[in-house]
Amino acid sequence: MNVPRKLVPAMTAMVLVCAAAFGLTPLVRSQTQGDLTKYTVGKEKSGYVYATPTTRAMEDDDFQNPGSLWVDKGKALWSTVDGSAAKSCQSCHNAAATSMRGVGAAYPKYDAKIGRVIDLEQRIGLERERMGATPWAWESDELLAMTTYIKTQSRGMPVNVSIDGPARATYEAGKTFYQTRLGQLDMSCQQCHVQNNNHLLRTEILSQGQTNGFPTYRLSWQALGSVQRRFRECNANIRAEPLAYGSPQYVALELYLAEVGKGLPVETPSVRK
Amino acid sequence: MAETVESRLRVPATAKKGEIIDIKTLISHPMVSGQAKDASGKTIPRDIINTFTCTYNGKQVFAMKLEPAISSNPYISFPVRVDASGTFDFQWVDDNGQVYKDSAPITVS
Repeated sequence: MNVPRKLVPAMTAMVLVCAAAFGLTPLVRSQTQGDLTKYTVGKEKSGYVYATPTTRAMEDDDFQNPGSLWVDKGKALWSTVDGSAAKSCQSCHNAAATSMRGVGAAYPKYDAKIGRVIDLEQRIGLERERMGATPWAWESDELLAMTTYIKTQSRGMPVNVSIDGPARATYEAGKTFYQTRLGQLDMSCQQCHVQNNNHLLRTEILSQGQTNGFPTYRLSWQALGSVQRRFRECNANIRAEPLAYGSPQYVALELYLAEVGKGLPVETPSVRK
Repeated sequence: MAETVESRLRVPATAKKGEIIDIKTLISHPMVSGQAKDASGKTIPRDIINTFTCTYNGKQVFAMKLEPAISSNPYISFPVRVDASGTFDFQWVDDNGQVYKDSAPITVS
């Protein structure tokens, strides 16, 4: 074969990549990094189980985990005085390590005062209004940092949402959304994440789409992002119109997914590809 | 997190003389590659951390030139042999000429 010498290493690499993609890689990754049993509850598996050992190592090392930058920022914001009431989160809630322990694991949650289910981001927005401060915009560094900081206080605790009573209807709405085909590809969430999870989609192993690790640092985003950013991306992938941040359907979907993954440990901030 | 660049360091507080220690650094920086275009089709100018240096008691012990393919929030880790107590000074310089500095002391016995 008359191939320019420069191309040979590239071609060898391509052959190796192809070999890896077709059959040589075990579908559930090996246990070379991290204790996978911690991330499996019954049939439910966290995205951690599907991640590569290097990504897992990055998540497990608190220092190397880039999500820790947002945790640090959230910690600083926790005690920053803002708004007309001249208060910080800390003025009322004291140390987050004790007051916020377990809080993030229970969201989305039904709020009796406003009469609907809200997620953690919306709860932070409402608290900001009570402080007389402007709520942070969705996906702003501040909101991501605070959500991550609060949720990381529940790290390792099982996801523990409630779908009893008035939250039930929202759960059902989320379930319907999960099963509804959408977009030009006419696909529903469950076609990938239930019927085909653990199978290859091109070179990627489809996970169950669990939400216990959000907000998550995705290497493809090069940034931390909320679960709703992921929903929007999934919707765009099936060529459906992504919904607005904080829309009722997405909050319902959050509740449904949290209920499905009940018992999985909160991993925030997780690291994913 | 371009507006508030934060750095994190992990340097052991103490070490034995002649010991090889691991130093870890992480800095929040968007590392804009200069390849992307904005909505109006204009190239977003490159803004990456282009050099990282570490000096120990004023003497350079590690330096690195960074290229556009390096991801945002670069994590840099390297080993250093320590012979005397002193201070590690770290410096990141980006394309806008901004300099980010951090330092950490170590006691060598």
